[in-house]
This record gives sequence, structure tokens and C-alpha cells, in this order.
Amino acid sequence: MSSLITAIFVGGAAGFLGSLMVTKRMALVGDALGHVALPGMGLALLWGINVSLGAFIFLLMGILLVWFLEIRTELMTETLVGIVFVLSLSLGFLIVPNPELLEALIGDISKVSLADAVFSVFFSILTVMAVRKIYQRIILASISEDLAAANKINIKKYNLIYLLAIAVIVALGVKVVGSLLIGALVIVPAASARNISQNMRQYAFSSAFLGILSCVLGIIFFKITNFPAAPLIILTSIFFFIISLIFKR
Amino acid sequence: MTENILEVKNLNVSFNTERALDNLSFNLKEKENLVVVGPNGAGKTVLLRALLGIIPFKGEINWKKDVKIGYVPQKFLPDKTIPLTVEEFFKFKIRNAKKISESLNLVGIKNKSILKKKIGEISSGQLQRILIAWSLIDKPDILLFDEPTSGIDIEGEETIYNLLAHIEKERDLTIILITHDLNVVYKFANSVLCLNKKAICYGSPQEALGPDSLNQLYGGEIKFYKHDHGH
Repeated sequence: MSSLITAIFVGGAAGFLGSLMVTKRMALVGDALGHVALPGMGLALLWGINVSLGAFIFLLMGILLVWFLEIRTELMTETLVGIVFVLSLSLGFLIVPNPELLEALIGDISKVSLADAVFSVFFSILTVMAVRKIYQRIILASISEDLAAANKINIKKYNLIYLLAIAVIVALGVKVVGSLLIGALVIVPAASARNISQNMRQYAFSSAFLGILSCVLGIIFFKITNFPAAPLIILTSIFFFIISLIFKR
Repeated sequence: MTENILEVKNLNVSFNTERALDNLSFNLKEKENLVVVGPNGAGKTVLLRALLGIIPFKGEINWKKDVKIGYVPQKFLPDKTIPLTVEEFFKFKIRNAKKISESLNLVGIKNKSILKKKIGEISSGQLQRILIAWSLIDKPDILLFDEPTSGIDIEGEETIYNLLAHIEKERDLTIILITHDLNVVYKFANSVLCLNKKAICYGSPQEALGPDSLNQLYGGEIKFYKHDHGH
């Protein structure tokens, strides 16, 4: 039950946040951040502390590192994220022993406790509320940075808030689908929603809804088949993506 | 006597070591129109962005106190797949349906069904009108307008300038317009600024746009162009 509740809230929040990510054309950032979380998760598993906490600390360090490099160099954010992502991945493989490594990579939803669930619900809601507040401004900045800046929108500030929100959801989501597949939970529902939506409201809503639906069905398949939950959740979301292609307008 | 809405003194903008604007000074009175002309890469858009305060600059840009600026950018190509309707785009700024409808009337859009269309799916001419309506909806004192002709067919271009003249009458606006179309200057400008990194000419169109300044403004570009391809 705890696992299902966690998955519903984290899946919905990931879908909602993903709708902005696809719009901002930074679809692979969620993916990269999942890997940035890996060493933190490994260390947390080794030391017996909360996996999400370990993930979040490394995510924060990763984001700060990207932010710092952005100021120091003139390279594209994508490039810098790429560098930080392989750095973390390499560190992760070095410091995390094999059994923990596999768990960190694809998650283990059966280990989610009631406390974890409460924690996830609270932070998912908080994150969604924060991003809702800045949603329109981020959309405007994504269609024209100049127009946003001319309307006194501090793009850098909102990008940082958004990135922190992503970090929270990735940290929560790694428990459900692991660091390897969390990116998919952010991108795939949003991509499907984009195919079928006629306006922004529909888009944000259906993206969150598809995130939830994929998690719920994935976990049901996991209970039935005993395959790992993470790939089942993601495959379910991909199934919806294929369906959305048929309805694409 | 009308007040200055804008005073620019010794404005300099550099990107790394390259100078984009060189020691620019000009004033603009309220309700007057300034047209900025110049070849590609002359720093016209840079000037607008400096005026908006979205890029760093040296020198002085003094706006009238509490001035409200509307801006129609040149580069505005929303992703075709973005599920954002024209109506939702307006609602970023204002939720009042009546005001949205009024503002559409102002730019000559009678058919309100456009509100339900996705912003990536309307024609470039319509998009430009929508952008103008969008920037006018909260009643700015001044409109900064970057290259209205870009990406619009000739027929559309005609109407965009007529439209601007119409809006100007209706709203008592001050307008700064960027263009590379010299014809527009005579039709529209109270004063003209010829820009090629620095001010080549500045004044009323009749006195400022002599053959000398035009030669200096566009002749330089042609020479540069030839040089570029000679190697």
C-alpha cells in the first residue's frame, strides 16, 4: 500500500514537471539527474540512511556544480549536465558494491515504508504547488526569453527553482523506478500528453494523469508477474505513448 | 512642451571584445516615433535589448519615471507542437476576456475563433498581430517593435505598417520601430536613427537621410560583404 501511494504521488508530480521539461527542450536533464543521484543512493544504501536523502544531497551538489560551470564557461547547459552526469556515474560505479548498485539502478519498490510514503506525498504536493506558481512564466520564457525578460521575469531564478523541483522529484522517484529509469517517468507521460492535448491545461493535467496511471498499472503488473516494478512502470508509460500517437492531432 | 520619455547618453554595449554599440546618444519625446534603420548586424536588436535592460551596458539609459514598455520581439517562433492556445497566451498577462477581445479588435482580428487555436499553428502574419495585441493589452506608454517585416509577405508588410499607424492614433503611443526598410522611415518617423554600431545619422528623416549618410550606412556593408567572400 505504501508503495502504491508513493508511486501515485511521485508519478503524478513527475508527469506534471515533465510537461515543462519537454517544453523547455531539456528532455534529457531528468535522465541525467537520475544518474547524478546514483553515488548518493549507493552511499545511503551502504550506510543505511534514507536513499532519497542521499540522492537529494548528490543532486544538489550536481546542480550547483552545473550552475557554477555555467558561470565559469560559456558551454551549453546540456554539455555541462552531460559532464556532471558521467562524473557521477563513474563515481557511483566505483563506490557502490554490486548488490546495492542494482537496487540503486532500478529501485526496489517493495522497500518503501509508510514513513517514506508520507514523506513522498508531502514533498510531491509541495513541489507541484511550487511549480504551478511559476508554470506560466516558465512557458513564456521557453517560447521567448526576450519577451519574458522584457516582462521582468527573472528567468535564471525560475530555472533554478524548477531544477530544484526536479531534483526533489528525482530523489523521491529513484525509490520507485531507480536512477536508470526516473528520466523516463518525467519524459514519457509528458510526450504522450503533448500528442493529444489541445491546450496547456489539458497538457499539464493529462501529463500528470498518465504519470499516475503508468505507476498504478505498472505496480499491479509487478504484483502479478513478480518482474521488477521499474521496467513495468516505464513500459506501461511507453504503451500509452504509442496509443497517443494514434490519437495525435 | 512635451517631455522626453527616453534619454540615452553614451550608450556602449560589448560582447566579449566585440563592440556592438558604440557611444550612442539620442532622446525621444513622448508621442513621437523613432525609426531605427541599419544593415544586418548593425546592433539594432541589441539597442532594443539594452533599452529593455535585458543585457548589460555602459552609459546612461533614462526612461521617464514609471514608464510602461511594450515589446514585440523579432525572433518569436514558438515550437509548432506546443499545446498553448492564443487565449492561454493572453492569460499569461490578463484574464479579462473583454480586454483580450478589445485588444484583438485593435489589431484588426475580427474572428475570435483564433483564441482557441494553438499558437504554433497560426500564420506568421496572424502571429505578429497577436504579439502586437499582447504587448498592447496592458496599455504601455511606449512600444518597442523589432523588424515587423521579418517573415511576412509583402501584402502583410503593408498592413502591418498601416496597422501601426492606426494603433498609434488610437492609443497615443510612443513607438520605437526597427526596420531595414527605408520607405517606412518617410511614412512613419518623427525622427530617424541610422545605426551601424555607432550613430551614422540622427534627426528628422528629411535632414538626417542624405545621400552621404545612406552611403556610409549601407556602403560599408557592401564593402564588407565583398571582402568576406573574396578569400
